[in-house]
Amino acid sequence: MNASTAVVLAEVPRRASRRLSSYPVVPLAIIGLMVFIALAADVLAPHNPEVGSLGMRFRPPVWQAGGSAAHLLGTDHLGRDVLSRLLFGARVSLVVGFTAVVVAGLLGVALGIAAGYLGGWVDEVIMRLTDTWLALPALTFAIFLAAVLGPSELNIIIVLSCVYWTRYARVIRGEVLSLKEREFVRLAIIAGCSRLTIMRRHILPNVLNSAIVLATLMLGVVVVTEAALSFLGVGVPPPKPAWGLMLADGKRGLMAGYWWLTVLPGLCIMFLVLAANLLGDWLRVKLDPQLRQL
Amino acid sequence: MKRFVLRRLGYALVSLALLSITIFVFVRLTGDPALLLVEPGASKADVDAVRERFGLDQPLVVQYAKFMNGLLRGDFGQSFYYRTPVLELYLSRLPNSLMLAAVAMSFSLLIGIPTGILAAVRVNSWLDRAGRIFALLGLSLPSFWIGLVLILFFSVYLGWLPSSGSGTVLHVLMPAFALGWYFAASHMRLTRSSMLDVLGAEYVKLARLKGLPEQRVIAKHALKNALIPVLTLAGINLVIMINVAVVVETVFAWPGIGRLLYEGIAFRDFPIVQATVLLGGSMIVFVNLIVDVLYGLIDPRIRYER
Repeated sequence: MNASTAVVLAEVPRRASRRLSSYPVVPLAIIGLMVFIALAADVLAPHNPEVGSLGMRFRPPVWQAGGSAAHLLGTDHLGRDVLSRLLFGARVSLVVGFTAVVVAGLLGVALGIAAGYLGGWVDEVIMRLTDTWLALPALTFAIFLAAVLGPSELNIIIVLSCVYWTRYARVIRGEVLSLKEREFVRLAIIAGCSRLTIMRRHILPNVLNSAIVLATLMLGVVVVTEAALSFLGVGVPPPKPAWGLMLADGKRGLMAGYWWLTVLPGLCIMFLVLAANLLGDWLRVKLDPQLRQL
Repeated sequence: MKRFVLRRLGYALVSLALLSITIFVFVRLTGDPALLLVEPGASKADVDAVRERFGLDQPLVVQYAKFMNGLLRGDFGQSFYYRTPVLELYLSRLPNSLMLAAVAMSFSLLIGIPTGILAAVRVNSWLDRAGRIFALLGLSLPSFWIGLVLILFFSVYLGWLPSSGSGTVLHVLMPAFALGWYFAASHMRLTRSSMLDVLGAEYVKLARLKGLPEQRVIAKHALKNALIPVLTLAGINLVIMINVAVVVETVFAWPGIGRLLYEGIAFRDFPIVQATVLLGGSMIVFVNLIVDVLYGLIDPRIRYER
C-alpha cells in the first residue's frame, strides 16, 4: 500500500514536468508574436508602410552612424520606414500563408478522401493528376500560374492552393485506403449510411490529425514560395509591404552595402518558417503515430 | 519485366499528356490567350490577327490538337523579345544550368553526406543534434536570401567574389552554394536515416563480430549500401535543381534556364514561360521513369507490385 502510493507520488510530478518541457515553447512564442504583430500592425507601426519621403532615402538603423530614432531600422530606396514595412509584412505573409494552407488543405483533403474511398476511375483520375502536378517543380509551376493570372494577393492564394493541394491529397488518400478496411467503416456500411455520410462522419475526423500536421509543415513552404514569387514580381503587387518584395527592393541598395534592407526581411521569413517547421515536427510526433517513423 | 516497363512508360505518357492539358487549360482559363500571346500594348487588329493565326477562334479540341502537334514537332513558338524559336533559346541556356546544378550538387553532397554519416554514427549526441538544427535551417532559409547575404558578405564587404554574371570559376561558387544549401539538408537527412537502417542490419553486425575495426565497418560495409538511396535522390534532385534555380539565377544574373524564365515573366514573353514549364515538367517525368525502370531492374519485387 505504502509502496504503491510512493510510486504514484513519484510519477505524477515527473510526468507533469515532462509534458511541460516537451511543449514547443519557442516556435509557439514566435508564431504567437507574429500573429500579434500582424493583428496590431496599425498600432505598432510608427509610420505609414507605403509612403516615404525621398529626402530620407537609405537611412541606416538607429545604432549606425547617420541613423535616427525616427526610423529605428532605417529606410529603403523610397524613404519608407523599414520597421513599419516589416510589421505590416507579417500581416501579408500570415494572411496569404494561412489562407493558402487552409484552401489547399480543404481541396486536398476532399479530393484525397474521394480518391481513397470511392476508388475506381475517380481514384485513377485524381491520382494521375496529383502525380503529374507533384512532378512539376512547385516553384516553376507557381511562377507559371502567377504569370498567367497576374500579380495580386488573391491570385497568389489561388496559385499556392493550386500548387500545394496535391501534397495533402497524396497522404490523405493513403490513410483513407487503410481506414476503409476498418471495422467501424464496415459497420457504418451495414447500418446503411450513404457514402457521403461515411466520408464526412467516419473518415474525415480520422484524417484530420494528419491534415493538421501537414498544414503546419506546409505553412513554411508556402511562406517561402510567396516570398520567392513576390521577389520575382509575380506575387504581392509593389506598394504593399511583403517581405519578399522588400528583398527585391533591397537589391537596389545591396552593392552599396545597405545590409538592413536585405538581412532584416530575410530574418523575418526565417523565423516564421523555422517556427512553423519546428511546430509541425512536434505536432507530427504528438498527433500522428503513423508518421513518427518518417 | 517487359510488361512492367510498358506500364511505367504508359504512366509517363499519361503524365506528359496531363501536363500539356494543364498548361493548355490554365492559359485559356484566365481569359483571352491572344492577349498573352501578343506583345503588351498591341492594337486590337493585332490581337485579332494573332487570334486567327493561332486558331483561337476554333473549338478547344481542335486547338489542343494543334498545340500538341506543334509540341511534338519541337515547335514551342517564337520568343517576342529575342525573335528566335523558344527551343533554340532554351537549349543555348541549358549548359549553364547544367553547370550550376552540377557544382551545387557537389556542394550539397560534400556537406550532406559527411554530416549525415557523423549524425548517424554518433546518434543522439551533440553532433546529431547540431546536424538536426543544420537540416532544419537548410529547409527554413530561402535559397535566394542566402544568395543575397553571400553577395553582401563576399562581394560587397570582402570583395573576394563577383556578385553577378558568369564566365569564371569564381562566378559559379556563390550561386551554386545558395542553390545547394537546401539540398544539402535533405541529403543529410536521408544519409542519416539510411545509415541508421544499415547500421542495424545483420551483415554489419557480422562484420563487427568478426572483429573489423569500427571505421572499416562504417566505411566499407555500411556506407556502400547506405549511399544507394542517397545517390538516387541526388540524381532526381539534380534535375530538380536545373528547374528550380529561377530565383537564385535571378539574384546572380546567371544565364541559365531559370533566368530565361524570369526574363519571360519580366518582358511578358509568354511563349518562353510556357515552354520552360513544359520542358522542365517533361524532364522530371522522364527522370522518374528512368528511376522506376532501374529500380524494377534491380529489385524484382517492385516489378510485380499492383
